[in-house]
Amino acid sequence: MKILVCIKQVPDSNKVEVDPVTGVLKRDGAASKMNPYDLYAIETALRIKEKTGGMVDVISMGPPQAMQVIKEAFSMGADHGTLLSDRRFGGADVLATSYTLAQGIKSMGEYDLILCGKQTTDGDTAQVGPEIAEWLNLPSVSNVVSIRMFEEDGITVDMDLPDEVEVAKVKFPCLLAVDKDIFQPRLPSYVKKTETKDRKIQILTLDDMTDQDELNYGLNGSPTQVQKIFPPETNDKKEIWNGSGDMLAKKLFDKVEELKFV
Amino acid sequence: MSHSDAKNIMVYVETVSDTPLNGGLEILTKAHKLAAARGEEVIAVLIGSNLEHAANTAIMAGADKVILVTKDNYEMEVYEAILTRLAEKYKPSLILSAGTLVGKDILPLVAGNLTTGCAVDVMEITDKDGNFVFTCPVYGGTVLNDLVIKGTPAVAAVRSGAFEKELVVERTGEIIKEQVGVENTVRAKIVEVVNEMAETVNLEEAQVIVSGGRGMGNKENFRLVEELALACHGVVGATRPAIEAEWVPRSHQVGQSGKIVAPKLYIACGISGATQHVSGMIGSGYIVAVNKDEDAPIFDIADVGIVGDVVKVVPLLIEEIKKIQSL
Ligand SMILES: Cc1cc2nc3c(=O)[nH]c(=O)nc-3n(C[C@H](O)[C@H](O)[C@H](O)COP(=O)(O)OP(=O)(O)OC[C@H]3O[C@@H](n4cnc5c(N)ncnc54)[C@H](O)[C@@H]3O)c2cc1C
Ligand SMILES: Cc1cc2nc3c(=O)[nH]c(=O)nc-3n(C[C@H](O)[C@H](O)[C@H](O)COP(=O)(O)OP(=O)(O)OC[C@H]3O[C@@H](n4cnc5c(N)ncnc54)[C@H](O)[C@@H]3O)c2cc1C
Repeated sequence: MKILVCIKQVPDSNKVEVDPVTGVLKRDGAASKMNPYDLYAIETALRIKEKTGGMVDVISMGPPQAMQVIKEAFSMGADHGTLLSDRRFGGADVLATSYTLAQGIKSMGEYDLILCGKQTTDGDTAQVGPEIAEWLNLPSVSNVVSIRMFEEDGITVDMDLPDEVEVAKVKFPCLLAVDKDIFQPRLPSYVKKTETKDRKIQILTLDDMTDQDELNYGLNGSPTQVQKIFPPETNDKKEIWNGSGDMLAKKLFDKVEELKFV
Repeated sequence: MSHSDAKNIMVYVETVSDTPLNGGLEILTKAHKLAAARGEEVIAVLIGSNLEHAANTAIMAGADKVILVTKDNYEMEVYEAILTRLAEKYKPSLILSAGTLVGKDILPLVAGNLTTGCAVDVMEITDKDGNFVFTCPVYGGTVLNDLVIKGTPAVAAVRSGAFEKELVVERTGEIIKEQVGVENTVRAKIVEVVNEMAETVNLEEAQVIVSGGRGMGNKENFRLVEELALACHGVVGATRPAIEAEWVPRSHQVGQSGKIVAPKLYIACGISGATQHVSGMIGSGYIVAVNKDEDAPIFDIADVGIVGDVVKVVPLLIEEIKKIQSL
């Protein structure tokens, strides 16, 4: 079983501010981490490998510093890592990101199963997984909350929908986007970290892709473009109430009634 | 698809048991305004069975045309293919849907099929110089983002509660039945549908939500949240820790990995205000927070903050409301 997990590096904190003059995003420090949802995808891959044998590779697209998350995946137990990194990949939206990842995956060979997290904590579009599947013409299932059955030729999973769970059966090769809590992610192991300290990470650039047309990557290949970023209106009508319980309750009720909510 | 011949706004309206969800209807009303300003039309797409009544509601909400496609179960690949075919046939300049799990599932695929971009979590749409501009909250609403989509059509998933629904009974429209053949597209086979939840919780449509967090302390105290919700004719919400502690089923979770809600009134009891929670409820009309820690981040977004112990404040609230209601 050859499994590939897509992982993304995201900012460690969601505390961001916009410079009111330049409109540029000021991020609180440069600390970053692996997208929490991707930990579940890695865990799922490792559990499958423990059962069926095979290997677990990881792929990420991002700046060189994204090697950190690949190393973290190594210390959880992933076998190989590839980073798609090229200035020309920068500024990508979902379409360009999924296209680049799909191109990268094609150049890496065949996988039986591709796993993604459900969403990220920064872009949070939850679109990249399903779109990679489209580019690679693979069946895909999103919101996977558990695995029911694992067979030679396919996998049966539970897909979480608003008021029901659908049980879907897909044949390999396929792509699954997993929800949190599918399995509790293991912590990185110190031993593995030391063992894999010098493990090579394959770096691929646009020159390694089958499609060499720059216009399909990065900002150029992105139909979605940010016009401006700005802070929301602050809530300056805010009231803070202290005091004894019954007074507060009465006051709140009056407020709520005044606003005709109840 | 070329820019030149694209016009009109297509809206996918999700239905549950033959009834259109509010999210879709709210979008129809907004789309109606946008389209009317351009002298264009709104085309609603409904997929399911027995949808005649739903189609009329869609017209009242703002649809000029309603396309009905008959299909039984929800299958992502089928729905995606249907919408793609309809987009190819009707050539809209904009495709919208509510950002429910289903909406978020199929829209990006439709956008991918049409090689165009998709904005998600949209809270406002404006028409500027012939381009639709989409405003989306990012980083849990700490920052807003204005996006434009170069490709045609533009595709966008709208956050629930972003727009106000207006039903006008006098409105008329055309209902079109379309047969869309989508044989052999299904690669992920649905083998079974399990209704695992005994009760369906419609947080997305609720006008009042009372949510409890870890600060409720234990399962018994969490009942106070339920009582308060009942007294306000509201629905119970919860943070992830409250769900993990099994005080309330998972279907009640509000937040990034739960439901995105936008009630008129949101009462947060014993909730700290973590980004992952706040991003799911920031669209609420009026936010009341009860927390014993006056520095809790929830107070940054609350309209009214009550600094106090939930176990003391909430019962008083319930009592007060009951008293007044019995007058
Ligand atoms: C604040 C913000 C708002 C944005 N809004 C939009 C928007 O509305 N429309 C739009 O088209 N783009 C948008 N973008 C750009 C978009 O986030 C990026 O293109 C990003 O690369 C795509 O994914 P995501 O973070 O939304 O991933 P998601 O689709 O949420 O991620 C799902 C999974 O895909 C995989 N994955 C995602 N990115 C990578 C990667 N770089 N490397 C490896 N695996 C990956 C992971 O397994 C992840 O768990 C936004 C970006 C930011 C920072
Ligand atoms: C990938 C990811 C996704 C997530 N998705 C979600 C999500 O969808 N929804 C969600 O809610 N969380 C989500 N979380 C978890 C989130 O980060 C927070 O941990 C969570 O929202 C905190 O819940 P809480 O406010 O109930 O608990 P806490 O943060 O522990 O806050 C409890 C609050 O109660 C107050 N309190 C304590 N006792 C009392 C008392 N007697 N009276 C009054 N106040 C009291 C405290 O002062 C404190 O502010 C997610 C996390 C991750 C990593």
